[in-house]
Amino acid sequence: MLDVLIIGAGPAGLSAANACREWDLNVLVIDEFPQPGGRLLGQLHQEPNGKWWNGIEETRMLLEKADALGADIRCGLSAFHIEKASHGFSVYTNQGVFDTANLLIATGAAESPVPIPGWTLPGVMSIGAAQVMTNVHRVRVGNRGIIVGVNVLSAAIARELQLAGVEIHSMALPALNIVNEEHGHPRKVMERLVRMAHLAPSAWIRFGSQFAKIDWMRNLAVKFYPKHGVKMWGLPIHIRKAVTEICGKDQVEAVTICDITAEGERIPGTEQTIEVDFVCIAGGLYPLAELAAVIGCPFQYIEELGGHVPVHNEQMETPLEGLYVAGNITGIESAKVARAQGALAGLSIVKRMCRESEDLKQKIHEAKQNVRTIREQVTIQFHPGIHQGRLKMETVFKEVCDQ
Amino acid sequence: MNNRIVDHPILGKIKERKVISFTFDGKKYTGYEGDTIASALLANGIRKLRVHEESGNPRGIYCNIGHCFECRLTVDQEPGVRACLTQLQENMVIESGKRLPAPLKSEGNRDDLPRNYAEFAKKYEESKEDDPRA
Repeated sequence: MLDVLIIGAGPAGLSAANACREWDLNVLVIDEFPQPGGRLLGQLHQEPNGKWWNGIEETRMLLEKADALGADIRCGLSAFHIEKASHGFSVYTNQGVFDTANLLIATGAAESPVPIPGWTLPGVMSIGAAQVMTNVHRVRVGNRGIIVGVNVLSAAIARELQLAGVEIHSMALPALNIVNEEHGHPRKVMERLVRMAHLAPSAWIRFGSQFAKIDWMRNLAVKFYPKHGVKMWGLPIHIRKAVTEICGKDQVEAVTICDITAEGERIPGTEQTIEVDFVCIAGGLYPLAELAAVIGCPFQYIEELGGHVPVHNEQMETPLEGLYVAGNITGIESAKVARAQGALAGLSIVKRMCRESEDLKQKIHEAKQNVRTIREQVTIQFHPGIHQGRLKMETVFKEVCDQ
Repeated sequence: MNNRIVDHPILGKIKERKVISFTFDGKKYTGYEGDTIASALLANGIRKLRVHEESGNPRGIYCNIGHCFECRLTVDQEPGVRACLTQLQENMVIESGKRLPAPLKSEGNRDDLPRNYAEFAKKYEESKEDDPRA
């Protein structure tokens, strides 16, 4: 039987494995993707200090350490069910059942779909799909594309596609419909952009600083948003244009785009056809938490964390004895935060398995501080108000445990 | 057709990797070690991976993380394999998803099978009218 099973070999899972191995626990990390690293692999952006954050390099460092510590990492394994057992947990995968005393779920996040007519055509993909194809597999997703959905993630990946020599025509909103109200409303999109402008990489600061943070200024900015968009890295960003339809027979051939009012309503007669051979849809991330639900972990909806999140405390413990969570499953944040949370979760598991020493107590304290410090420092924050979100979760955890 | 990003200003030149041969719908292609089926096909310019089983509409990769199941293919005779999560292997025989018969789908034809009780009752009445012995 395993001391610890970790589901997800991303930044959280790998750093947790390393922490557990440092205390000699018997650890297995499993992941569905054929290679470890999770979504960290695809990341590539420039920090405000000019240095590049290269996900492949960051993954390599985590793996080197895991290798030196003798952590067992197996890829191509899908976990589809978990049962509570007297020894802890039984995790069902496509390659058998694993029994473990402790379980860490570090499954990360997934992208919210934004359906618009024609989105099932080959050549339409999620922005994250394009990121992995470009940076990990080094495959060009197309010759000329458009990005539907304007947010921090899609802007960062648009830049990555440009770097790889892929032409992006522009970024625009999805046409407003019953399911994508959040992403298709210019005022809401602008609100989110402005609130995080100060946190984002350098070009975003230039972009954001063109607008004031005061309500009426922002409303004016939406109202008088330039017809040709605001350019970032030479790429036009439109929040007063929406893609209404993706067209093509056997694959993407063009999109229809039209002008929209500040409230997102289409302006008739402004339709235009733009020839593209791929479309990336960017609906933002949500915590990928089904497995925690399967095992009966209580959940809480916290908007600042990106959606429904398994209840947990600052030490990454859930109300279920022996069940831990770390990384984006606990809220959408930077990979750096996920990595720090993983180390903390690993130490929390060590605390349950080994006798508590002064040394361990000190290490847990430091790991907790580290998560806080990194959260303060990161340049990309997906959700403003992450601190409030984390505080809300602490309260919910106490309430659940008091019951 | 080769859609590889050979040179990259930050990530550098693409690494030399072992070439892997495979077939897709009977045609020979090559990819590299470390490719998923999805990335190898896209590198060869193949975007349409299957058609919708009922409508016949074309489909390709969407999420690339194994969640949407849009990239399901038949690999070495195993159906329902997700191209985005499956590592490319030497001599893989890969087949696109085909349109399937939909015998229970109403085509508005008289000889459609009934799908609910109302349709059954109607058909039963019709069959009585058709039968001269009734």
